Amino acid sequence: MGSLTPLLEAQHVARAFHGVPAVRDGNIRIESGSIHALCGGNGAGKSTLINMLTGILQPDAGQILRNGEPVRYTSPRHALSDGISLISQELTTIFDMTVAENIFLGRELRRGRIGVNHKQQNEEAEALLKRLGFPISPTQTMATLSLAEMQLVEIAKAIGRDMQVLIMDEPTSALGEAEAERLFTAVEALRDHDVGIVYVSHRLSDLFRICDSYTVMRDGTFIEAGAMEEIDRHRLVTLIVGEELDEQKRPEPLPSQEPLLSVRGFGRADAFGEISLDLHRGEVLGIYGLMGSGRSEFVSALYGLDKADQGQLLVEGRELTINGPADALAAGLAFATEDRKVTGLVLTSSVGHNISITSLSDLASLGFIDQGKERHLIDQATARFGIKAASSAIDVAHLSGGNQQKVVLARCMATQPKVLICDEPTRGIDEGAKRQIYAFFQEFVAQGCAVLMVSSEIHEVIENCHRIIVFNQGQIADVLSSETVAQTSLVHLAS
Amino acid sequence: MSQAAADTQTKKQILNWINKNGILLALILLFVALSVLNQYFLTATNLTNVARQVSINGILAVGMTFVILTAGIDLSIGSIAAICGAVAASLVVGDTAMSPMVAILAGVGVGATLGLINGGLVGYAFLPPFVVTLGMLSVARGTTLIFTDGMPISRLSDEFKFLGQGDVYGLPIPTLIFMAVVIVSWFALKHTVYGRWVYAVGGNPRSARTSGVPVRGVITSVYVIMGALCGLAGLILTARTTAALPQAGVAYELDAIAAVVIGGTSLAGGVGGIGATVIGVLIIGLINNGLDLMGVSSYYQQIIKGSIIVLAVLLDRSRRSHH
Repeated sequence: MGSLTPLLEAQHVARAFHGVPAVRDGNIRIESGSIHALCGGNGAGKSTLINMLTGILQPDAGQILRNGEPVRYTSPRHALSDGISLISQELTTIFDMTVAENIFLGRELRRGRIGVNHKQQNEEAEALLKRLGFPISPTQTMATLSLAEMQLVEIAKAIGRDMQVLIMDEPTSALGEAEAERLFTAVEALRDHDVGIVYVSHRLSDLFRICDSYTVMRDGTFIEAGAMEEIDRHRLVTLIVGEELDEQKRPEPLPSQEPLLSVRGFGRADAFGEISLDLHRGEVLGIYGLMGSGRSEFVSALYGLDKADQGQLLVEGRELTINGPADALAAGLAFATEDRKVTGLVLTSSVGHNISITSLSDLASLGFIDQGKERHLIDQATARFGIKAASSAIDVAHLSGGNQQKVVLARCMATQPKVLICDEPTRGIDEGAKRQIYAFFQEFVAQGCAVLMVSSEIHEVIENCHRIIVFNQGQIADVLSSETVAQTSLVHLAS
Repeated sequence: MSQAAADTQTKKQILNWINKNGILLALILLFVALSVLNQYFLTATNLTNVARQVSINGILAVGMTFVILTAGIDLSIGSIAAICGAVAASLVVGDTAMSPMVAILAGVGVGATLGLINGGLVGYAFLPPFVVTLGMLSVARGTTLIFTDGMPISRLSDEFKFLGQGDVYGLPIPTLIFMAVVIVSWFALKHTVYGRWVYAVGGNPRSARTSGVPVRGVITSVYVIMGALCGLAGLILTARTTAALPQAGVAYELDAIAAVVIGGTSLAGGVGGIGATVIGVLIIGLINNGLDLMGVSSYYQQIIKGSIIVLAVLLDRSRRSHH
C-alpha cells in the first residue's frame, strides 16, 4: 500500500446491456503489493466491472487508468499484453493437453521457427508449480486431474505470465480448505512481489483471511472502499446486502428420532465404502468433506445417478431398489446437484420449463400437458422462492446464480419430496440468496421432511445442520453434533 | 434529449423485432421479390406446384427437427426413404397389387425399424450419431440396390400413385400429408410431456437425467420418428415419380438439414422448433422454384443454396451473440 498512483484504476465507469445498466458508477483502485477484495451480491455488477478492466467489455462512460494514464483496452489480449491477467470462474482448460501445454497455451516456447520446445516447457512449468507449492506434474494430462487441481493449473497459467495485475473471480469456489490454503500462500507470494491482486469471492472468511483492502458494490454502484482491518464481518455483510440481516442461529434440537431415510452398508469401489447413516424427520444433516472425499459420489449414488455396488436404502422403513433418478423421485427423494450449470439446469429452456420438468407427469393426462395446471405450479414456485425474473418464459441462462439455484430448488420441490439432497447448495451465490435458501431448509424440515446437505463451507454446515458427518477418503470419519463442534476439528477430521 | 432517447428506444424495438423474426421476414421478402421478378410465379399452378415440391423435403425436415433438437443428426434419411419406397412399391406392382394401405404400413414400418437401429446405437451404445447414420446411409443404399436389383420398380397401381399425384379440393395429397405431419409434430413438441423431454435432452442431457427424464429412450425415439417419416417421404416420392428408383433420395439429407438450420434450430440442441423448420422448408422451396423459373442451371442452384445455408447460420450466430 501507499504508492501514489495505483496500478489500475476505474473512475465512474458505466456499462449497460440493451438499455439495462449493469454498472452505473463503478470505482476501484488496485495498488501494487495489495490484495483487494471486490465484494457485492449477485447482480451487483462485479463481473461487468472486471470485464471492463480486462478488455472483454468497453465502458460506455467513465475511464480506466493504467499507472495514471487513461487506457482503452479493446480485447482481453490487449489487456494481457499490458500486464493484466484474469482468472475467471469458468475454467478454460483444454482437457487433452498436458499441464505444461496448458500453462504455455498461446505463448508456446519455440524450437526453431514452428516447433514447440516441450522439454523446456516441461522444465519451466515444473519450476513454476514447485515455486507455487502445487503438487502437480507438468506432464500429466489435464483430463486426469481433479477439478481443484485444474483450478490450480489455471492459476499457475496466469501467474506464469509476467503481469502486474491479477484478477481472480471466485478462485476457491471449487476448492477444499487445504487446497484453498495452498492457493492463499501462492497469492501472498505474488503480493510480496508487488503484484496488485483483485480477489472476488462470496466466501467472506477467504476475504478476511487474505485481503488487505476492499471495495463494495451494490446495484451496479460503488458503495464503499477501505482497509480490511477497519471492517468486521457483520458490517461487510450489511454493506453487501444493503440491509441488516438477522444473525444466523444454530438449529433447534431435533424433536423426534424417527428415521426417514436409512442407508446401510452403501458402497462403490474406488469412491466410498460401507456407508451407513440415518436421516431423521425434521433433520438437516450435513456432509462435510474435501473434494475427492467421496461425498458427491455418495449422494449421486443415493439418488441413482450412479450405481452403488452394495448396500441398502430404506425410506420410511421400506427398502427401495433404485435403478435411476426416476425411481428415486418416485420414492420421494429430490436432488440438487453440485454444479447447476453443468448438471442442474437446462440452460436453453425457460425458467418455467426448468421448474416443471420433473413433475410433468402430474400435470399431464395421456401425455398432454395441462397448461393451466403448469402455469399454476410455476407461479406458485416463483413466488415461494422469490425468483427474480422478468418473466418465467425467459431462458434460465439469463438469471443470476442465486436465482438459478432457486430454480433448481423449485424444480426439486415440484415433486413434493420427503428428502431433499443438496450438493453444495449455495456455491457461488450471494449472501442474501444464501440466507433465503437456509430459511427454506428450516421451513421444509419443519413439515416433517429432511435435508441431506453436502457442503465444504464450514460456517454453513455448523449454522444449519443438526448433525455433521465428516467424510474422508470415502469413509465416515466422524459424526458430530452442531452444538459441540468447533471449526478446527471439522477441518482436522476432513484432511 | 428525451426525444432523442425515445427515438433510440423505438429504433431498438424495431431492431429487436427484426432480430426475433428475421427468418420470417426473409421469407416474406423472398416471396415479394419473386412475385415482382417473375410474372409466372404468382399463379395458382405454380404455387400448387411449389406446395407439392416442398412436401417431401418438408416431411423429412420435420423429422430432422426432432433429431437436431436432441443435438443429433441423421445422414441416412435419403437411403432409408429409398428402401422404404422400394419395399412399398414391390407390394403394389402390376396384377398382384395389394391395397395401398398395406404398402404404407410396410414402408413406414421399414423406416421406423431402421430408425430404431440408428436410435439404439446412438442412445444405448453411445456411438456418435454422425458415424451411426453415415454407416446406415451406406447400408440402406446397398440394401436398396440389392432389393431392386439396381432396376426401377414400375407398373405401380393407380391407387398407390394417387398418393403422390392426387388432389383433394385442389390441394395436392403430398401437401396435405405434410400439413398433417407439421400439425401433429408441432403439437407434440409444444404441448406434450414427450416434447418437453426432447428439448430437455437436447439442452442438457445430464440435467434431464437428474430430472428423471428417460434420456436414452428419448434419444432413441427421435430416430424412430425420423425413420417413420422417411418411410412416408419415400412412399410419396415413389408415387410421384411412378416408380421406385434405386438411386432415389440421394443427398436428400442436405436439404432437410439446411431447412432446419435456416429456420434457426440450433445444431447444439435444445433450441428451435417446427414453426422455424416450416419457414426454412419454404425458403428452400422458393429458392429452388425461383431459380427454376428464372432458368438458372441446377449446377448454379447448388452453389447458391449452399452459400445461403452458411450465410443463414452466420447471421444467426451474430444475432445470438448480441444477447
